[in-house]
Amino acid sequence: MADVALNAEYLAASRAESRRYLWSRIGVYGFLAIFALIYLLPLFVVVANSFRSLPEITHNGLIGLPHDLTLRAWPQAWSKFCVSGACAGIQRNFYNSLMMTIPATVISTLLGALNGYVLSKWRFRGSELLFVCITLGVFMPGQIALMPWAFILGRLHLSNTIYGLILVHVAQGLSFTTLFCRNYYVNIPDDLIKAARIDGAGFWRIFFKIVLPLSPPILIVTVIWQFTGIWNEYLFGVVFTSGPQQPVTAALVALSTNQMNARAYDVASAAVLIGALPPLLIYFFGGRYFVRGLTQGAVK
Amino acid sequence: MATLTISHLRKRFGHVEVLKGIDLEAATGEFVALVGPSGCGKSTLLAMIAGLETVSDGEIRIDDRLVNSVPPKDRDIAMVFQSYALYPTMTARQNITFGMESRKVPKAEQEEAVKRVSALLQIEPLLGRKPGQLSGGQRQRVAMGRALVRDPKLFLFDEPLSNLDAKLRVDMRTEIKKLHQRVGKTTVYVTHDQIEAMTLATRIAVMHQGALQQFDEPATIYARPANMFVAGFMGSPSMNFIPAMLTEKDGKPVVEIAVDGGGAASLPLPYAPARRPQDGKVVLGLRPEHLFRFDAELKARKPALASLIAPVDVVEPTGAETIAVLKLAEREIVGRFDPDGAPRLGERLNLGVDMANACLFDPVDEALIPRAPA
Repeated sequence: MADVALNAEYLAASRAESRRYLWSRIGVYGFLAIFALIYLLPLFVVVANSFRSLPEITHNGLIGLPHDLTLRAWPQAWSKFCVSGACAGIQRNFYNSLMMTIPATVISTLLGALNGYVLSKWRFRGSELLFVCITLGVFMPGQIALMPWAFILGRLHLSNTIYGLILVHVAQGLSFTTLFCRNYYVNIPDDLIKAARIDGAGFWRIFFKIVLPLSPPILIVTVIWQFTGIWNEYLFGVVFTSGPQQPVTAALVALSTNQMNARAYDVASAAVLIGALPPLLIYFFGGRYFVRGLTQGAVK
Repeated sequence: MATLTISHLRKRFGHVEVLKGIDLEAATGEFVALVGPSGCGKSTLLAMIAGLETVSDGEIRIDDRLVNSVPPKDRDIAMVFQSYALYPTMTARQNITFGMESRKVPKAEQEEAVKRVSALLQIEPLLGRKPGQLSGGQRQRVAMGRALVRDPKLFLFDEPLSNLDAKLRVDMRTEIKKLHQRVGKTTVYVTHDQIEAMTLATRIAVMHQGALQQFDEPATIYARPANMFVAGFMGSPSMNFIPAMLTEKDGKPVVEIAVDGGGAASLPLPYAPARRPQDGKVVLGLRPEHLFRFDAELKARKPALASLIAPVDVVEPTGAETIAVLKLAEREIVGRFDPDGAPRLGERLNLGVDMANACLFDPVDEALIPRAPA
């Protein structure tokens, strides 16, 4: 009998415990849901507006569900809308961005890998100091470099060209790519390099046959980081290029500020979404590697 | 002919001198073990032989060729690392052939070499696997295969067994010994394990604080250690050191030590020491296995057996033998006894000390006092 009484008491306690747990879960998830909503609201507005007609937007206000779904804004934004004088949509600027981002990403990542390899595995007198100097660039805001870059691009006759922007982004990105790769390569055991040296491999053979094959996790992180960063960057694009040479981010700014007639919210929304697509896709396909790569340490 | 000759070798890192003038040689086919506690400079020495560290001063010659500034790949050496250092992205076969690929050895020849080595090490079934899919012992074999395949002049081993568990370590030790007997390559083997050094080497170099303490055959190192460091480092349990007085009785040398309960025991020395330190103070070195339960029969077989009384403090039976801690005046000594007739706890043991194997050290410079030539 005493057992039963004890049991009942215990059950009541455990039921109270699980009820408390349930409420604390509800609290946590509710809290997170509210913040997720706040964060998603702007995206929702843009997506919704890209499917609404302009009269409906001007009539009902910026925030609202589409009454009748219209796709008119998308082809407009892509190939017809007038941006800074030319009426060919943001198509051309989108290609500009691709032509700029892909080479700049590849070159800065490879150079970062090479820098990281030298700074971690072929140290020399002063290499630590050099590394500190390179990583200083991580904390340097891009605006500081505007004037020097303007001067350099002018001298190299690369003003208002995609090549000029590639050069700028490769140089600006080196700090990050070097930091990422160097810190990853530090964890590759030095014995591997020594064994390879005894095996008769030199600087490049060790890099290509031993270090690079170990690098995919960090290369994926670096590529995602660089691609997103370079694609979304617009300060250099706005300052160093104009009109048909501009990358898509700069064109979006022009599109939303430089309007003679009434603001075309529907087309602007569609254009913004088109411009945001590539980094989203990259993250969509590589995101899990990105998270894994950032948290992964040694290669053992 | 000597395959490896090292003379007056020095290494400095900044102002710290980690190797203080090392002289060493390995004859062709010899197995030299470099042994010493961590930080004694043995791994640095090996890295310098390999060419992975620069030489501050002195000479390294391989087959009489001065190699001080020859890069590792041109020294005709192969090395097995403590961490194995297998290339993680390559299969065992690619690991083994990487060096030959670098040297542009023809494919057919590579194939032949892989076949020979994998048969020797019995790793044929593992060739297609990557290091991550191999156990510790298998990785060890592949790493040795990578070294063997080159057929170099000189083999370097850097603590190759220290990452294995105890049982596997003993197996691989035997394996390395067999391998060396079969291929007969000159080998330099770094270890901190004195048993590995004793069992494998034809000669042992004992190092301490960047200096070579003694370089000799294992039996000599063990029986006649050059100083108290070598005596204490080699052997387990290590040698007992007892402060003693060297005197004479009836014209014969006698060692006097303090015993439990006051008073002294005099132990006649069956040999004459080459010199007598001033005031006669010495350190008597006795290996645990040279202590016995005294009896007349044993005395008949070992005429140099001296006796004294020592109370038994601790008894540790290990099965094959029994380790006993005995009290001797202010200090304790450790003996290693046959389980038959081993000391019992609390017993006042009549201890037999085989003075024929006793070592005497100078307490000032800790060096061995050699025996006078008979």
